[in-house]
Amino acid sequence: MKVAVLMKRVPDTASVFAVAADGKSVETGGLKYVMSPYDEHAVEEAIRLKEQAGAEVIVLSAGPPETKETLRSALAMGADAAMLVTGAENAGPRGLAKALAAALKRMAPDLVIAGKQAVDDDASQVPERVAELLGIPHASVITRFALSGSVATVDREIEGGSYTLEVPLPALFTTQKGINTPRYPTLPNIMKAKKKEITEVGVAELGLGAGDLAAGMAIESVSLPRQTRLKKIIEGEPAEKVRELVRVLRETEKIL
Amino acid sequence: MSVLVILEQRGELKPCAFEAAWAAGRIARAAGMPLHAVYLGPALPGAEQLSGLGIAVVHAFEDASLAHYTSDAYVPLVTGLARELNATVLIGSASALGKELCASVAAQLDVELAQDVLELGWDAGLTARKPIYAGKVLADLRVSSVPAMASLRPNVVAVVRDESPVPEIVRHPVPASAPRIAVKEVTQAPPGTIELTEAKRVVSGGRGIMGPENWPVLKSLCDALGAALGASRAAVDAGWIHHSHQVGQTGKVVSPDLYVACGISGAIQHQAGMRPARIIVAINKDAQANIFNVCDYGIVGDLFEIVPLLTEEIRKVQS
Ligand SMILES: Cc1cc2nc3c(=O)[nH]c(=O)nc-3n(C[C@H](O)[C@H](O)[C@H](O)COP(=O)(O)OP(=O)(O)OC[C@H]3O[C@@H](n4cnc5c(N)ncnc54)[C@H](O)[C@@H]3O)c2cc1C
Repeated sequence: MKVAVLMKRVPDTASVFAVAADGKSVETGGLKYVMSPYDEHAVEEAIRLKEQAGAEVIVLSAGPPETKETLRSALAMGADAAMLVTGAENAGPRGLAKALAAALKRMAPDLVIAGKQAVDDDASQVPERVAELLGIPHASVITRFALSGSVATVDREIEGGSYTLEVPLPALFTTQKGINTPRYPTLPNIMKAKKKEITEVGVAELGLGAGDLAAGMAIESVSLPRQTRLKKIIEGEPAEKVRELVRVLRETEKIL
Repeated sequence: MSVLVILEQRGELKPCAFEAAWAAGRIARAAGMPLHAVYLGPALPGAEQLSGLGIAVVHAFEDASLAHYTSDAYVPLVTGLARELNATVLIGSASALGKELCASVAAQLDVELAQDVLELGWDAGLTARKPIYAGKVLADLRVSSVPAMASLRPNVVAVVRDESPVPEIVRHPVPASAPRIAVKEVTQAPPGTIELTEAKRVVSGGRGIMGPENWPVLKSLCDALGAALGASRAAVDAGWIHHSHQVGQTGKVVSPDLYVACGISGAIQHQAGMRPARIIVAINKDAQANIFNVCDYGIVGDLFEIVPLLTEEIRKVQS
């Protein structure tokens, strides 16, 4: 069985963000980059399948050359091979999904797993688009995955509950936190990962043209959310503090 | 040319359906286009609920097989209708299922989609404001594909109804299909449970609650406030509560009027989930806790003393 994992290199969201001079992007100078946290769950789930059922795990990303570092960390977790698609850096979610789908067509995986969203643009749509482009069934935000023969049973989250679904492979799923705890790479695995292959493929080679990659969505400006909290510490004896809190919530804030 | 809005149901129309319809109605008026809506599910519950939102026509796909969402069943119907109506704008809800549906429809229509937006606008085309970098930055976007698609985050707009009448209902046949995906089981929270992302009030507990046996302390406050229960990742990782309660960067983003953080230190990843709240109250025994830098009102004290007093005081003023 062949399992493909989609992943993205993103800035660590613990970073401090500042608006860049163009007003349309953020300063990238001081940012530290990591694998998007939800993708770690996707990699972990794939590696478990490798351990349980001997699956071959291939990680796939589109991005700048530095993305290789991120792919390398997935290899260190235990993935077998990696592929980097280049030339789609300026595409929107529509074009990015086309590039990834074209790469996946070549691999013909039985299963595709991706994080539910990448915490940079938070576009939250690329995996679903990939599945639609490949014409395979899919389900998002899963918190449980079990495989029996060629049918996956998954729990997918909904507000205030969950659905249990049966989905025949080949299929695509996006992972939510809670599905597993991603492992840390061990030193021997980090060493092994250095020798594993990362294939690079350009968008032209995948048969994509400018029309496929043109972005039909653009950021016109970015801003930092207004964050002026009152930061009022209420003093007094416990009972007084509570009475005062309830009073301001009622009278000043009109919440209660 | 029209604006089309997707109405999400779970037996009943969901609050986010009215919110999306209201937001789409404003776009339709600004753009001078009629507003159509699409409903998929069992028999449409009470069309009169849909008055006052500016909807001209509701296209209803009513069939028991559509009671529960699957991309297999829903995507072709919404895609087909958007094409048939020649929709210029297509709006959905950024709920768990709504995001999956919108992404899939966008792929089929080969158009762009702004997912999980906080605001929508019309300026010779669709504009939207959406959080990026886990909510630490806001992006103002223009979606220029036709149709232009966006999904609206639940619980961020206040629906104000006007005098517009009950929409016309056009029932569409539901073609028999052989879905690949089978819904085996649906687990719903007990009735009356308030969903975090839709809640107007949220009370959250962190490592400071010390163990799962202490949730009743916070649950009493939830009951008094009519609030949903949230948790920090520390509480979830300790196994004290299911991760569906987690608020934060790798949990849920909540947007209540009131957020009460109890025994939570205020880590940056937790802030990512509570940032949209209008008023944040913090209860923590450590006066130096970072939560006091990011709250509106803080009480330094032991939550096991403060929270029961607060519950009692709220009950008192409410009666
Ligand atoms: C990639 C990544 C993603 C993350 N995502 C999330 C996320 O989605 N959500 C999230 O919450 N965290 C997330 N975290 C974890 C986050 O960094 C913090 O570790 C976590 O939020 C801490 O939870 P806490 O505040 O409950 O615990 P602590 O930081 O241990 O704080 C407990 C607080 O309780 C107070 N306290 C103790 N006893 C009492 C008492 N009796 N009365 C009053 N106060 C008391 C203490 O003073 C302390 O301030 C993430 C971390 C990473 C690296």
